[in-house]
Amino acid sequence: MSLSFEDWTCPLPLRDYPAIVMGHGGGGKLSADLVRHLFLPAFRNAALEQLGDGAVVEVGGARLALSTDAFVVRPLFFPGGNIGDLAVNGTINDLAMCGARPLYLTASFIIEEGMPLDQLGIIAETMGAAARRAGVTLVTGDTKVVDRGHGDGVFVSTTGLGVIPDGVRVGPELARPGDMVLISGEIGLHGVAILSVREGLEFGAAIASDTAPLHDMVAALLDAGCAVHALRDPTRGGVASTLNEIAAASGVGIRLDERALPVPGPVRAACEILGMDPLYIANEGKLVALVAREDAERALAILRAHPLGARAAIIGEVTAEHPGVVVARTGIGGTRVVDMQVGEQLPRIC
Amino acid sequence: MKYLDEFRNPEVAARLLEEIRRVITRPWAIMEVCGGQTHSIIRNGIDQLLPPEIELIHGPGCPVCVTPLEIIDKALAIAARPEVTFCSFGDMLRVPGSNSDLFQVKSSGGDVRIVYSPLDAVRLAQQRPDREVVFFGIGFETTAPANAMAVVQAERLGLTNFSMLVSHVLVPPAISAIMESPRNRVQAFLAAGHVCSVMGTWQYGPLVERYGVPIVVTGFEPLDILEGIRRAVTQLEAGRAELENAYPRAVRPEGNQPAQAVLEQVFEVTDRTWRGIGMIPQSGWRLRERYRRFDAEARFEVGHINTAESPLCRSGEVLQGLLKPNQCPAFGKQCTPRTPLGATMVSSEGACAAYYQYGRFIPAGDVEVAR
Repeated sequence: MSLSFEDWTCPLPLRDYPAIVMGHGGGGKLSADLVRHLFLPAFRNAALEQLGDGAVVEVGGARLALSTDAFVVRPLFFPGGNIGDLAVNGTINDLAMCGARPLYLTASFIIEEGMPLDQLGIIAETMGAAARRAGVTLVTGDTKVVDRGHGDGVFVSTTGLGVIPDGVRVGPELARPGDMVLISGEIGLHGVAILSVREGLEFGAAIASDTAPLHDMVAALLDAGCAVHALRDPTRGGVASTLNEIAAASGVGIRLDERALPVPGPVRAACEILGMDPLYIANEGKLVALVAREDAERALAILRAHPLGARAAIIGEVTAEHPGVVVARTGIGGTRVVDMQVGEQLPRIC
Repeated sequence: MKYLDEFRNPEVAARLLEEIRRVITRPWAIMEVCGGQTHSIIRNGIDQLLPPEIELIHGPGCPVCVTPLEIIDKALAIAARPEVTFCSFGDMLRVPGSNSDLFQVKSSGGDVRIVYSPLDAVRLAQQRPDREVVFFGIGFETTAPANAMAVVQAERLGLTNFSMLVSHVLVPPAISAIMESPRNRVQAFLAAGHVCSVMGTWQYGPLVERYGVPIVVTGFEPLDILEGIRRAVTQLEAGRAELENAYPRAVRPEGNQPAQAVLEQVFEVTDRTWRGIGMIPQSGWRLRERYRRFDAEARFEVGHINTAESPLCRSGEVLQGLLKPNQCPAFGKQCTPRTPLGATMVSSEGACAAYYQYGRFIPAGDVEVAR
């Protein structure tokens, strides 16, 4: 019998698919490859190449932030909100992460034949309420209908416009060694809430999405004069992907302390059961802020004083070591690298 | 989180590490058999904390990685059929066959679904009598009882549209194969706690005696693993080779006998090819004759698919410059060809496998991140 333990090699996941697979929408390396290699060359321009949550453009002396986002979620209604909340809050947050004050939104709806009008009405009402609450105006939109079976009820796309106050400069490329990494609250809530309703799984306590607009919290940080260098809302791909993007854009390393991460019980339970990592789970109402060390405690106090930031925490720091790499100090004092995921996080077999 | 935090206590971990450092006098190579343990070691950075004398060799215990290429190709062929709803645990969707994976089959129109239990697939077969529902039954002794129960349940329900693509593998024959390999360097084993929770420890005593190797049944939490290592090192330093159970809260010597009974009822031992390793005699389970009608391989006539392992897996791309070395789990000191990091690469997308290496032997400033 000739066994070759010497030749044992790991079957690496595929990266070069000839057609779109679900992983291209997972917010990991596949998503980044798609943007970098397919869309960027086609659209090449300086604003796009910042690869921020939104673009910053100058018009008549004003610095504007523009962002667009498509929302597909199954089910459309989930604990803590519905696709309408996500569509309004998500784009508001993308603008806020540019340091902008959101002003206007547009919305387009791709509606599947057979979608009940009362459900669509609830989604529209939700969007109106969310916009009013955030002080933004939904000024134009579009509707299209597709054949039954060609959409999950409704897909919503929103585009937002905001103004960046004078003197504000935040961006994923502006993090620098010595900055502290702050998170505005508990992580993983949205992803686990969706997973629990979609798959009929229960993880102890009921869990609701954290969908919320973050512009007010950003304004509080900026108005207080905190030296905020980078802001991101860790949606698809979670905190891990967001921090990897910032580390890569700024050419810095990031050190996380896992013990400082605010992970709620049900999210931990879900991750334990499914073999997932809370760092990669989507959030819809959290921000990550990279703040100059001397302002970090003050920024933390401001976040905690905000209704959405009671569980805010300092979770790490920026270092000149291992540029582009995010490393976590683990609960028992070891270290591990927190890489970008390839596609989507999948439940492990055992 | 009651009953978990207790096993992640950093102070206790420090004490266990101190004890390991106190007793160790020379280098030892210890293999953790199970991919779940590998995952935990990496996820918690345990390898970074151990004294340099300990070399952890990651065993071929990731069920996802050792599932033979031929079975993956059969899965892809079955899943692509229009009448089939193919159900699998999530991380199998990513494992490449000869030139595709289940994600691609799904992208091409195949009905591929992630389930959380084989019983979900049975339920689906009940709900959809118009569909051929196939469950991908892979894994070690840990996942096998639920798969066996699913077959029993399908028989009870009289389902004719449910079948299973079975590729179960067994730990004890793999330990034998490793010990009998001419280039073996493993001096002690951490046996897979969850496998032993099903099978008990009775299969391991004869291995200890035959090969004179310490075997410590070990759990998965950081303190479990450190305790397993501590016991293995203590035995090695004392020149002892014994079977120890360091996971008594889950493992009894006799194991889970009802589970073993259903395994005996449904499966029979067979030769099995392990991906990247080769054929290990009597190292797998297949459906018994009585349940052969639930065998997806026979039902969908994929017996002719007989692909051989390519000598170059995707890690070959490193050599072509398509992947940075630190992205490839087959690169580095810990991840030699004999000690793969498959579990973390496939199951968690290399969330640490590649870079986990760099801290140990590449100066941090030299780490290049693939863009």
